[in-house]
Amino acid sequence: MDFLRPATLAEALSIKAQRPEAVPIAGGTDVMVELNFDHRRPAALLDLTRIAELREWEAVDGSVRLGANVPYARVIDELGDRLPGLAMASRTVGSPQIRNRGTVGGNLGAASPAGDTHPVLLAAGATVEAASARGTRLIPATEFYLGVKRNALAPDELITAVHVPATGAPQQFAKVGTRNAMVIAVCSFALALHPARQRVGAAVGSAAPTPRRASAAEDFLSGELTATGRWDSPEPLPDPVVRRFGELVAEAASPIDDVRGSAAYRKHALSVLARRALGWAWRDYSGKVA
Amino acid sequence: MRVELTVNGRRRRADDVWEGESLLFLLRERLGLPGSKNACEQGECGSCTVYLDDVPVCACLVAAGQAQDREVRTVEGLADGDALDPVQAAFVEAGAVQCGFCTPGLVVATHDLLDRVPRPSDPEIREALAGNLCRCTGYEKILDAVRLAAATRANGRR
Repeated sequence: MDFLRPATLAEALSIKAQRPEAVPIAGGTDVMVELNFDHRRPAALLDLTRIAELREWEAVDGSVRLGANVPYARVIDELGDRLPGLAMASRTVGSPQIRNRGTVGGNLGAASPAGDTHPVLLAAGATVEAASARGTRLIPATEFYLGVKRNALAPDELITAVHVPATGAPQQFAKVGTRNAMVIAVCSFALALHPARQRVGAAVGSAAPTPRRASAAEDFLSGELTATGRWDSPEPLPDPVVRRFGELVAEAASPIDDVRGSAAYRKHALSVLARRALGWAWRDYSGKVA
Repeated sequence: MRVELTVNGRRRRADDVWEGESLLFLLRERLGLPGSKNACEQGECGSCTVYLDDVPVCACLVAAGQAQDREVRTVEGLADGDALDPVQAAFVEAGAVQCGFCTPGLVVATHDLLDRVPRPSDPEIREALAGNLCRCTGYEKILDAVRLAAATRANGRR
């Protein structure tokens, strides 16, 4: 095994072009587990932690360009006001020790259906920045997740950043787990209100082979809110609308029965999470507009 | 490969480090620092918690090569010679130690918590220690120890 330690992004991309089998490692919270248990023996590890630019975030054109190596702890501490949903999801990841090391870039690279940040990225309309020696491209989050632990990266590409629209509008993230801390999601749900576009973003996690947007639920609720003028005067939402939204979110999922929960439980729980998240977000929005 | 780093204030060097090896293995097996314990090897138990450049991490999830030229502080580095750190003393005094396996990780996690939040509330203590598992104390005495350490530090006896 080789341990490759590029000092710059250009160097890292050149290595990845020559050695596409090299496994990138940053926080190590997934890769080291596989190594410790001998589940994986890659030919090379590509350590990205020396590359300073991957550790930074910057505000660009109404979005935050979040470097792939910014750990969850910094998302929570530094970006709670601009990226509330992502900060909320980051707070539910592992323990303080894990949040000090793990990164959104790593969550994307692993592309686990249960990754906590994925539903937020989908609901918020994020794009993934991937770079190779051939150049840089932006992949919408909706096109990034291809299957269980499979993503749209080419073998010679590295995730360099994720671009997440910054917002002052309410966002919510909710997760079901078997305990309060240190738990992988049984299912999760993210909601983002986009008042400027009169749209709602909604996505589910840990309830399909990939994280997945709940498009029918988004269309239904966006249509209701626009038709009733509620974006401008946010009256309380009628129960049937909230209930229907929850049903449509559950219908977007195609979960499996596994050790963490049954498919039926996951669907039920998602409808509850969706109703609650909408209640919290709408109350928040009503307070902001009033 | 060779890895050079600073551990508890001393420059250290390890040779013949396997490229897939963890910082925990390097500390315990190559540098002779068995304070950080090896239990779950997947970041679930917190027994191997150390400071890496002043940030608490699970040493089992850091590749040894990632620690090149960085600073590590282990539980061995918290005491000042024979004088225990107030957190270590509080764990002894409160009886927050049974088999002792989880203790080094809990001590480092508590040390970090009290540096950031000198008088933590119970929920803050519980969140800060959520990544450290203990299978014998039932945690109540650990919570007592954290409260005691906070009080000791606040009284300036450190």
